[in-house]
Amino acid sequence: MNKTVNPNDLTSNDDNGPLYVAQKKVYPQSVSGTFRRIKWGLMAFCLGVYYFLPFVRWNRGIGAPSQAVLIDLPNSRFYFFFIELWPQEIYYFTGLLIVAAVALFLMNSVGGRIWCGYLCPQTVWTDLFYAVERLVEGDRRERMKKDKSSDPMKLERISEIVLKHSIWLLIAWWTGGAWVLYFNDAPTLVKELVTFQAPMIAYIWIGILTATTYVLAGFMREQVCTYMCPWPRIQAALTDEWALNVTYRYDRGEKRTSVKKAIELRALGEHVGDCVDCYQCVAVCPTGIDIRNGPQLECIQCGLCIDACDNVMTKIGRPKRLIGYDNDINIQRRQEGKAPVYRIVRARTVAYSAIIAAVGGIMIYTLATRSLLDVNVLHDRNPVAVRLSDGSIRNAYTVRLLNKSGYDRVIAIDANGPANLTTHVVGIDSVTPDRPMIVIPRDSTSELRLLVTAPAESNPEKSVPVLFHVTDIGLGEVATATDNFVSP
Amino acid sequence: MTDHHGDIDSVTGKSTTGHEWDGIKELNTPLPRWWVISFYLTIVWAIGYWIVYPAWPLISSNTTGLFGYSSRADVAVELANLEKVRGDKVAALGAASLADIEKDPALLALARAKGKTVFGDNCAPCHGSGGAGAKGFPNLNDDDWLWGGTLDQIMQTIQFGARSGHAKAHEGQMLAFGKDGVLKGDEIVTVANYVRSLSGLSTRKGFDAAKGEKIFAENCIACHGDGGKGNPEMGAPNLTDKIWLYGSDEASLIETISQGRAGVMPAWEGRLDPATIKAMAVYVHSLGGGK
Repeated sequence: MNKTVNPNDLTSNDDNGPLYVAQKKVYPQSVSGTFRRIKWGLMAFCLGVYYFLPFVRWNRGIGAPSQAVLIDLPNSRFYFFFIELWPQEIYYFTGLLIVAAVALFLMNSVGGRIWCGYLCPQTVWTDLFYAVERLVEGDRRERMKKDKSSDPMKLERISEIVLKHSIWLLIAWWTGGAWVLYFNDAPTLVKELVTFQAPMIAYIWIGILTATTYVLAGFMREQVCTYMCPWPRIQAALTDEWALNVTYRYDRGEKRTSVKKAIELRALGEHVGDCVDCYQCVAVCPTGIDIRNGPQLECIQCGLCIDACDNVMTKIGRPKRLIGYDNDINIQRRQEGKAPVYRIVRARTVAYSAIIAAVGGIMIYTLATRSLLDVNVLHDRNPVAVRLSDGSIRNAYTVRLLNKSGYDRVIAIDANGPANLTTHVVGIDSVTPDRPMIVIPRDSTSELRLLVTAPAESNPEKSVPVLFHVTDIGLGEVATATDNFVSP
Repeated sequence: MTDHHGDIDSVTGKSTTGHEWDGIKELNTPLPRWWVISFYLTIVWAIGYWIVYPAWPLISSNTTGLFGYSSRADVAVELANLEKVRGDKVAALGAASLADIEKDPALLALARAKGKTVFGDNCAPCHGSGGAGAKGFPNLNDDDWLWGGTLDQIMQTIQFGARSGHAKAHEGQMLAFGKDGVLKGDEIVTVANYVRSLSGLSTRKGFDAAKGEKIFAENCIACHGDGGKGNPEMGAPNLTDKIWLYGSDEASLIETISQGRAGVMPAWEGRLDPATIKAMAVYVHSLGGGK
């Protein structure tokens, strides 16, 4: 096996391009149109929810938090309007994540990267930052000129840059500030933050989110979508030929010519493309790509190129939607002279909808029927059973009672087994023998030591099941737990 | 080692180390500079560490470092802080009476938590981690108490112990009737069977109950009481119940009667602070055996 390798035999297996290209500054031009309006609307909605939701109040009674959405980490509670979740109910979040993931798949199979183009925080905040930039420094051409200017140190320019970054930082800071409000009572925390009384951790998180917002939306922008985000890769694997994507209808656009030439050629009855090579679609693109090169990983499908192209088409008197939401099949069909087909109801979308409905349904059902009284029982392991002097057998259990309701409860505990069991809670002189009663304060848990005794003559088997009944004396709500009664 | 740097790999044009396996030679690729520099920096760091922090063990002490830092002192400070944080609660525990602690859910929880930890550290070696005991070491979960099972009695036993040498300790022992020559072999067998009959256990065939009763009356009643009901004052067990510290079979009983028994419970006063002993008493009582 002593073969010498000839370097000429080694074939290059390089991919088409480098893994990372240095960032080219993108100067998206402002544009108006249908999709821009949708984007403004969704941006206002998303930011509105994010910034103001913590201030929405919800009455839960005296002593309970009155914030509609609150993640109370110190007390391990999560409040979402009328829902209060305890840490052991964290599986609702699993459900929520499943629904979110499948909703993303569904969006994708219907209309491509709707999430990326309209709803993703990166898109929303970058869009907001661009709006600020445009407001302060002017539109595309002006910004490009200013950046290229040989005399950048003019006072006017410096003040512009300072103003832009100040507004950016202000937005970023408010973004971090709104974040921490979800973890504490918002009005109180705002007051504490202003008077520097808030806990250190709040300032740290505000700092972190200010920094990430400022850097991600102000500087990294489309780089986040191209290099940091996994969704473009996953999306590429999930998409199919029926999914609507922002598409350049090359069958209609090619061959590109100037407006004048197109009119001349059309008069002669020749086929001419509608695309006039005005580069408006490129100018408005926030990721700086040319949609006419076909579907691309960098394309977040925000639809701004559709608006830009539509505006041009209107001006030159050609039909709109040279760039529009379309799928691969239709381009094929149009070339064959067939009418386009749009199919939203497909096996894929039906399956996704069914999963969302099923998981959502299960969550709603379990939420609606969940018990606000719960009991956990843990059998003593050492010793598992004790023989008393009169020969009776006793097992000890650690019982944890959970009162998830907003009021104090009086509850009674019974242990039901084949033998004639008696029950005693350590520390309680029970009024009703064998059925100890105890008060559990609202929204809390109590741990009790429960002693269950079987009389000597009952002679229970080695291990028999016991059913613990926990009854709310007032409302009659019952929670149960099973365990075993063990004999030595 | 021979220098093989002259051996050039034909494919890459790089020199090899000269090591060869099955015709494959290893390229002489040096470690990245940043890696080598980091490596040297760790050495420098380690030397600095030796000087700044206590590090080197000497014959009778150790190097103390530059700033007088020691992790032991840190722990002491943290423990002191912990005591301070818990101060109020522990004070409340110390101030409350035993009965009141059991009636107050918060104090009971505290006492049980504290008691459980201290029990694990101090009592578990003999009584077992859950207080289940073993042969010769009482089960604290049952309702049979040699020296009494009320809160106060349990506290008393923990504080002063039994046969511990403490002035206030419980005293009293099971005499060695066989070893001391008080009873003869057959008498011991007879009285052992009699004691078994007291708690309804089976007896040896042909055993003379009347004789057993007579021996018991003459030798045992003083401590174990009439009918063998026991006496917590002297730590004499009840011989009519189902619980046997040293075993209820005939052989164990014969051993007990012949050799005597004198298990020792150490006194914990002075070793544990009063609040801790209180917590221990409540914990042991709440195991379920308390009366």
